[in-house]
Amino acid sequence: MIEILAVLGLPLVGAALLAAIGEQEAAPKVNVAVSLLTFLAAAALTVRVIVDGPLLVLDRQFFVDPFNVFLVALTAFVGFTTAIFSRPYMRIEQEHGRLTAGRLRLYHSMYQLFNFTMLLALLTNNMGILWVAMEAATLATVLLVSLYRTPASLEAAWKYFILCGVGIAQALFGTILLYFAAEKLLGAGGGALLWTELNGVKGQLEPTVLSIAFVFLLVGYGTKVGLVPLHNWLPDAHAEGPTPVSAVLSGLLLNVALYAVVRCKVLVEGSLHTSFARQLMMGFGLLSVVVAALLLSRQKDVKRLFAYSSIEHMGIITFAFGMGGAVANFAGLLHMTVHSLTKSAIFFTVGHAAQKAGTQVMDDIRGLVTTSPMIGWGLILGTLAILGMPPFGVFASEFLILITAMGEQPWATPFLLGALGLAFAAVFSRIQPMVFGATTAKRLPVRPAMVPVFVHLVLVLMLGLWIPPFLADWYRQAAKLIG
Amino acid sequence: MAHVPFYAQLINLLAAILLLLAFAMLTQRRVLSLVNLFAAQGLALAVSTAIVAYGTHQAHLYGSAVLTLLLKVGLLPWLLHRLIRQLDVKWDVEGLINIPTTMLIGIVLVVFSFNLAYPISQLASTVTRATLGIAIASVMLSFLMMITRRKAIPQVIGFLAMENGLFFAATSATYGMPMVVELGIALDVLVGMLILGVFFFQIREQFDSLDLKHLEKLREGE
Repeated sequence: MIEILAVLGLPLVGAALLAAIGEQEAAPKVNVAVSLLTFLAAAALTVRVIVDGPLLVLDRQFFVDPFNVFLVALTAFVGFTTAIFSRPYMRIEQEHGRLTAGRLRLYHSMYQLFNFTMLLALLTNNMGILWVAMEAATLATVLLVSLYRTPASLEAAWKYFILCGVGIAQALFGTILLYFAAEKLLGAGGGALLWTELNGVKGQLEPTVLSIAFVFLLVGYGTKVGLVPLHNWLPDAHAEGPTPVSAVLSGLLLNVALYAVVRCKVLVEGSLHTSFARQLMMGFGLLSVVVAALLLSRQKDVKRLFAYSSIEHMGIITFAFGMGGAVANFAGLLHMTVHSLTKSAIFFTVGHAAQKAGTQVMDDIRGLVTTSPMIGWGLILGTLAILGMPPFGVFASEFLILITAMGEQPWATPFLLGALGLAFAAVFSRIQPMVFGATTAKRLPVRPAMVPVFVHLVLVLMLGLWIPPFLADWYRQAAKLIG
Repeated sequence: MAHVPFYAQLINLLAAILLLLAFAMLTQRRVLSLVNLFAAQGLALAVSTAIVAYGTHQAHLYGSAVLTLLLKVGLLPWLLHRLIRQLDVKWDVEGLINIPTTMLIGIVLVVFSFNLAYPISQLASTVTRATLGIAIASVMLSFLMMITRRKAIPQVIGFLAMENGLFFAATSATYGMPMVVELGIALDVLVGMLILGVFFFQIREQFDSLDLKHLEKLREGE
């Protein structure tokens, strides 16, 4: 319990602290330190769960089970590495004159607040608070997307705010319907929105209401996952915001939104006993994979390219959870982990690459490997990893998803394979000349932090070759939990 | 027909007023009047919540009625008025809306909402279940308003009105959400409004206007 309070309290205190001192020289260090402490608290929580099993604490308001514990650890970890990355990155942005000290204060404070909302969404047992935390996550990031105050970034932030706001309003209606169905069984009051309570009575929940509720919940949280056709905000927000924000949006926010969808799916499935929820998720997932793969080849901006790649991967994961079953769920959870690590590593390298070239347009970034081998190799390795090349972890999870699809949903396999092939051609042909070839890049005024990139990539490589037993155990338990 | 208690009739009346206000907002071109309509909708919502609380002896609903009154009749309209004054868009008129067509689409949406609400309200045991259709309809109408508007402030008012409709849906289907959730939602709405306030100034500074046609440069696949 003390661990949960620390995991949630540290980023909140950090946000308040950085709101006060964010303009000072030491602020980036404080940001890193708070993120490190949060990560250590999350690690302690993880150890506690390994030793004692699932936790349900503070008047049943918070709970930790195998499904969310690894996401908590992952969120805190990527939050920490992104804070390390953003220290030199934001300094360079400041020296290039794109940011003032006041905006850095806003950035640091909102960054911690965003971490807090993500962790709250993961740890809460209350479906209503989950909604509140997801909406708060949008609010915390909207001013970060418009941090540069350029016309394009303002447009992206406005789109992000309105589309996600409307989307999340649908999810609120879904939550109201869920409460409506639950209240009959569990009585009015706070207990009727607790996931653990709902999970206990899911067999008796009214199926008609839950099926309507699920449509609203999927559309609502699906907007934040970036599922096609609700994805419009995603590429803009990723491309126009500062790169650390793109990294946490792709690496964390999408995961947490998908987590919300899956929690809802478990309840609906238990009530309906039909494949309604599965089919909806498979449909949205497959559509996202195919549309994103088609749009990948039309991108000119490197951050937009990887934003579409995020939509594609979220589609794959949604499809996997839609199929359900032990193997597909296992693969979905693994894919969530490796995608998050790989994509944030890619954004770290892309951010510095764009700073060196002074542009995000791919045709104008050339020969990274000659001027800065670390950035170049980081980018090419990250790209190969995200495209599903063995021996990286993405290959393992995609392989598992594909073979399950061949067995259970053979009709979907050609679409998946075609989309993956198309994505490979589109992304690799763009990234390869950026990394090799004659150079145009200039020197950076501050040495970039490349450690997070390679730590992430090594972890992804490790997950492709060997999954630690406790992690595999969680994945298996969580896979069983979510059906 | 079964006997309907007096307070339930009052709630139905207020629900009808809520729907009328939603239509009025849909067709109102002047920004200033739009804010007043929004405040009126908030008032109808607060009064109906208080009546439900009185009729069904749900003490916590008094809390949400007061919350609604403070937030949606007091604070948000005040903030919006202040914003409009500071941004000097008091006499802004929305040009491009086609009122008859919008009204017709609105009516179709209302019919759709009543159909959607029917199976749910069949299962509800609240005295207010008949108003669920209206609640969904006002959510849909606010949604339509957001789609048809080209200026930033009306779009935001549509967004807030949508939240009103959702709140009404929660009251009519279940006598309101648990208090902790309602407080959280209220906090989100308030913070969202403050952020938007900041945001409006950023947009204005950049484009010299709050017309959203400036915000249509980013396109898919470019």
